[in-house]
Amino acid sequence: MIGKTTNQRAWLLVAPVVALVAFNALIPMMTVVNYSFQETFGDNVFFFEGFKWYQQVLTSERFHASFGRQLVFTGVILAIEIPLGVAIALAMPRSGPWASVCLVLMALPLLIPWNVVGAMWNIFALPDIGLLGRAVNGMGIAYNFTQDPVSAWVTTVAMDVWHWTSLVVLLAYAGLCAIPDAYYQAAKIDGAGAWAVFRHIELPKMKRVLTIAILLRFMDSFMIYTEPFVLTGGGPGNTTTFLSIDLVKAALGQFDLGPAAAMSLIYFLIVLLVCYVFFTVVMRDEEK
Amino acid sequence: MSLSWMAWTWPTAVFFVCIALALAGMTIWELRRPGGGARRGVLGLDTTRGDRLFITLLGSAFIHLAWLGLAGPPVWAALGISVIYGVAVFRWV
Repeated sequence: MIGKTTNQRAWLLVAPVVALVAFNALIPMMTVVNYSFQETFGDNVFFFEGFKWYQQVLTSERFHASFGRQLVFTGVILAIEIPLGVAIALAMPRSGPWASVCLVLMALPLLIPWNVVGAMWNIFALPDIGLLGRAVNGMGIAYNFTQDPVSAWVTTVAMDVWHWTSLVVLLAYAGLCAIPDAYYQAAKIDGAGAWAVFRHIELPKMKRVLTIAILLRFMDSFMIYTEPFVLTGGGPGNTTTFLSIDLVKAALGQFDLGPAAAMSLIYFLIVLLVCYVFFTVVMRDEEK
Repeated sequence: MSLSWMAWTWPTAVFFVCIALALAGMTIWELRRPGGGARRGVLGLDTTRGDRLFITLLGSAFIHLAWLGLAGPPVWAALGISVIYGVAVFRWV
């Protein structure tokens, strides 16, 4: 039997990371927990309030509304981006020069900074000077994302689909490229049609990458801030005020640090729960 | 260096000390009985002691939030439910 050598000094190698995480994550997190139980008017003067802010946030219509909008937004973009990404990946060539061209084109939106995406779509969709805005209005459809909630939602969703479907495409494409030719040859011998090949070969083989794609898109869209903030600023009214925008409004706009801290911790716990569920699903699939 | 900006209170300090003690306790447990006590529980998940602590803490947080949202403070009852939940997780999950 081979004896295993254990060297605890290896822990020293991770000490810098531990110190870094302590400074950029743990200490701010502890501070947020402390703030969530207190009221402050600045100048480092705090008044203990107990669970008041948590109860206030959990029972507030404002939080329910922004949480609902967040869920709807995430659900809508997942329902569009995942099937669309898979469809585009299926349509892309697997080899030859066009494969490289397609991959570069797909990667382009991912390289653009989020605030630039928001600014681009803002100008692009403006009803008076934007190409999209003028074209849609020219077709006789009343479109003004700065005043009409439906237009604002459509523009925000379109912007996110434009920006992030590529990620799903690239992941799905990687999954498709990893399928050995023998599977397709066997399907051809069996006389399987395109749908049968997709249903019984491609989709099961893409399961793991699609799980990761769903996880990434869920997390990103659930924490989305920059793009809708630059595009609509959360408006018109509060119709595109998602959780993170609402949180920033409470913390920095109204300086309600206690309720904002409670809200951010609730937000964090929801994200952590979903992350853990996805992680468990992925790990269970890998074990199988 | 002043830490007044962190706005410490006794209840939050006690909370974090409890978390730190739980982690220290888990470390000692692991040193005494290495291997993490891995097993497949009632949920069909392969869990170690660390996983079970995480599930306990995360679940307890949601039990407290649900209690605050539905009934409001005090949260002693939620703490009691969380303890029962934690024992159940460590026993069966």
